[in-house]
Formats: sequence, C-alpha cells, structure tokens
Amino acid sequence: MEQNEKHILKVSNLAIGYRSKKHISTIACNLNISLKSGNMVCLLGKNGIGKSTLLRTLTKVQPALNGEIFIDEKNLKSITNNDLAKTLSLVLTERLPDSSLTVFELVALGRQPFTNWIGYLTSEDMEIIYTAFEKTNTKHLMKTKCYELSDGQLQRVLIARALAQNTPIIVLDEPTAHLDLHHTINTFSLLKNLASEFNKTIIISTHETNLALQLADELWLMSSSKFVSGKTEELIHNNELDNLFDSDLIHFSKTLKQFTISHSK
Amino acid sequence: MVNPTKSYSNTFIILILTLILIFIINISLGSVYIPLKQIFLAFIDGNIEKESWRSIILNYRLPKAITAIIVGSGLSISGLLMQTLFRNPLAGPFVLGISSGASLGVAILILGGSFLGANIVSYSFSSWGQAIAASTGAFLVLSAVMIAAAKVRNTMSILIIGLMFGSLTSAVISVLAYFSSANQLQQYMFWSFGSLGNLSWNEITALLIVFIIGISFVVFIIKPLNSLLLGENYAKSMGVNVRQTRNFTLIATSLLTGVITAFSGPIAFIGLAVPHLTKLLFSTSNHKTLLPAVAISGAIIMLICDSIAQMPNSEYTLPINAITSLFGAPIIIWLLVRKRKIYY
Repeated sequence: MEQNEKHILKVSNLAIGYRSKKHISTIACNLNISLKSGNMVCLLGKNGIGKSTLLRTLTKVQPALNGEIFIDEKNLKSITNNDLAKTLSLVLTERLPDSSLTVFELVALGRQPFTNWIGYLTSEDMEIIYTAFEKTNTKHLMKTKCYELSDGQLQRVLIARALAQNTPIIVLDEPTAHLDLHHTINTFSLLKNLASEFNKTIIISTHETNLALQLADELWLMSSSKFVSGKTEELIHNNELDNLFDSDLIHFSKTLKQFTISHSK
Repeated sequence: MVNPTKSYSNTFIILILTLILIFIINISLGSVYIPLKQIFLAFIDGNIEKESWRSIILNYRLPKAITAIIVGSGLSISGLLMQTLFRNPLAGPFVLGISSGASLGVAILILGGSFLGANIVSYSFSSWGQAIAASTGAFLVLSAVMIAAAKVRNTMSILIIGLMFGSLTSAVISVLAYFSSANQLQQYMFWSFGSLGNLSWNEITALLIVFIIGISFVVFIIKPLNSLLLGENYAKSMGVNVRQTRNFTLIATSLLTGVITAFSGPIAFIGLAVPHLTKLLFSTSNHKTLLPAVAISGAIIMLICDSIAQMPNSEYTLPINAITSLFGAPIIIWLLVRKRKIYY
C-alpha cells in the first residue's frame, strides 16, 4: 500500500455531546481517527457510553461540539446533504414505519440522491439496484412486501438499500440487535466481504464484541476514560481492551482474543 | 433488468372510465328528469327540447359536478399527504385546524354579525362573503399552527398542536352560538352541512386556480414523500430536506383544504376515508401511483355522494356532509375489522 493513500475518514480533536441554551454536556472529547477505505470498523463500548452520539456526529445528524471531521478529504461542515448522501449511507436500528412498500421499492429508494426530481430509475440505476440485490443475496425477495420479511431478511434488505445508494462509506448502528447467532454471523460476514472485496468502508456500532474481535480490521473503543482507535491486533497487543467495560466480572483473555467471565480468584 | 413494481395501468383505466360514467350519471340525475339524449344536446349546442333544461344542466348540474370532482380529489390528496407526513392513518386534511379556522371565520361572520354591525349581516348571506370569512379564518388558524410548528422539531407535536387549535376554535364558536338568534344559528348550520351547488362559474374558476397551485406543490414532493416512508432519519440520510418537504406538504394541504372549505363548507370523512379505500385497490405506498389514484377515487366517491344527496327525482337535497359521514364511517370500521391493520 502506498504511504500517502488518502483517508476516507479523518477526525481530529473531536468533542461530541449536546449543546443547549444553558450548558454544554460533553460526552467524549479528544477523539482522533484516521481511517483508510476498504476497512471494516467496529465501534465497541458499553451501553450509554456515547456510541450512537459519535455515529450521529460523524453522519451530520448532530453537530460536533469541537474539532474537525473530514470525509473523503472534505470538511463535513461544508458538504451538502445531497453530496453527503452520495458518500455515506446508513442502516439504522429504528423500526421502519408501517407501509406497503415492496422490497424492490425500498432498495430502489437508495437511488434517491442520484435520480431526477420525480425519482425516475435509469438503466444505470437499475443495474446498481440489481447488483445490490445480488451482493446481499436478496434477489428472490424483490416482490415481497417489507412487512412480510423476517428480521434477518429485513436486515439484509436494509443493507441492500445502503448498497444501492452506492456510497464509499456505510454506517450501521447495531445491525444485529434483533438477530440470532446464525443471522448475526451471516450479517457480519456479508459486511466483511463488502469491505474486503468491494473496497467499502464499513463502520458498525455493535455489542457483538467477540465477533468484532475476530472480524474487524479496526476497532474504535469507547470507555468512560478514553477513546482509542486502531488495528485490532495492535489494540490487543497494547492491552487497550482491558478497560473497555471497567468491570470486575469481565476479563479480556489475550490468548483467546475474547472476553470471558472472570472467575473469582 | 426489469422493474418489478406493478404499473397498475389497468386499474387506472378502469378508474377513469368509472369516473366518466359516474360523471354522466351525476349530471343526468336531479329534481327534474332530463333524458340522456337531451343532456348531450345541451353540451353540443344542439336543438334541445326545452331551453330551461340547457340552463339547468349548464348552470346548475355541470358546475356542481365539477365542484364535486375538485372537492373530492383535493380533500383526498390532502388526506393522503397528512397521513404520510404524520405517519398516522387517522390523520386527515382537517388535522391542522383548517376546518376549525374556516368554521370560526364563518361563525364570526354569521353569528357574531350582530356585534359587528348591520351591514355585515347582509353580507353574511352571500357565498363570496362566507368564502372570504372561511379562508381568512382558515388562514389565521393555520398560520398560528405553522408558527408553532416552526418551533417544534417533532412532527407528532404538530398534529397535537393542530388538534388543540381545533378545540380552542370550537370553544369560541360555542360561546358565539350561545349568544346568537335562532335565525343566525340556522344560517351557520346550513354552512356547516357543506354544499357543492350554489357555486357560480366565477367561484369555480377561483376554486380551480387555487387547486392547481396546490397540486403543483404536491408534484415536487412526490419523491421526498416516498423516502419519508422509511422515517425522517432515513430520508435525511438520502439527502432529503425534511423541513422543506414538511413545509411544502403543509402549504399544499392548506391551499387545497382551505379553498375547498371556503367554498363548500367543511366536508367530512372524504379526506380520511378515500386514501384508505384507494390503498385497498392499489396495494402500494408509492406516491407516484397513490397520488393520481387517490385524486381519481376521491372525485368518483364525491360524485357518488352528491348523486345520493340530491335524492333523484325528488325535491329534497340532503346535506352532503351527512352523506359523506354515513358513507365514510362504516368503511373505516369495515376496513379495520377486515384487514386488522391499515397502512399509511
């Protein structure tokens, strides 16, 4: 790899949190990230530590308190919403509102940043939509109504929608929250494959810590004391995982590369 | 690579043919019996048997049928817009307080006339006077709702704010009614029954112009409305300007509902029931299909309601509002019982 390959995401001195009229509540500060494309990143940390706030800030849903975010070497503040939609797509945890959209229509909505004012799908759009179906192995569901899908199928379809948006970065907020082990592993290996074979940058916030340790190229670790980002192997080597949960009950085993339950000594 | 989305062109053809058929039936029905052949002659300037028939058709039945079409499609489109925006199947064109605003305007004109002076009273019986009062009222209440809406991020709060303004205005109307004479009350009641007749060609032109302006706002929000089906967060992530879409939706709805209410009174249930009925026929959420479908179905249903309201071959005309409610309420109940779940 070239030394000066460009960073798809660069964050310097970022502070995240909420600003109201009276006071500022900082959730985390001094966040620094440099990420190259084609990597799968897992954002780990316990509940309420600010994972969602970080993702919301990186995706311009809420403003940063301080610091700079560069996406594809452009300052996030100066990117228009429509341009951001061409660079970054989302898969959210929230339930979809009820509707009678078909799977095809849902995935085709991913083309919205590129289509004309009425949303006409050109043959190029159709090609990208079909590719998204193929990559996620959901082509057979095309005519199904979204409300008929199982949780596992819906998750793949939502990923297909993000792929139809054809962005270099895909951000997923707890994509496997409602899934069993089989579908969780399926989803993770699909995402891993998208990163390594199609050079997508995949950012996942997740509680599947042990899976993340096995599959992620990079980890972002959020704990109450600090934020570290880096290659999984390096973080393990530097004992950065020990304090992730700051709990006596959970122990990180360097040999297993897994979290285990501590046995009373 | 094919787009597997159903085009529904057959359903559309059937709907349009039905609309034409109902339109002809509507025009041929009335207190005076006019043979179908004579109706056609009236249109093509042919040798009609009685000149008075031509006048009945061209100056009474035709304007009424056209009004029914505009009212039906306008209210139904507004209903669909509100149901998508608020993601609430019970939303209708009147949730923003438009009907209560219009009612308040007309109530002040008719019921409050005695407070305001005698020359207003004479004006209160003209339909233009009522239309102006209704649009002013609708506009004022709606502006209040919009100003409140600009300060709230949450779309659901706008719904509640609209309902609250509705309660406020009906309270004021009750107070006004309490101090009014029986004659004034009757006059106000007649307006609130709704009516499709009584519109001159000038008034229909005014109705049509505002209708077209309203519809042209709708055309530009078809695409963002579709992405709003996934919720506001997904819509934003696809580059949709949610605030602008919301404003366009509110403007379109207020123009359509405001002008319709101004000229024909608060017509109940059409805006709520027609989108659900249409979704039964077209099982899709795609607004590119739904909007024209809802517009045509609304026109058909309004024409049917009007045909029933004028009680063929009798002197009587029933209040249109009673017919739409008698027709709308059972449909919603039936839908809920049958489908268990309604999608918006």
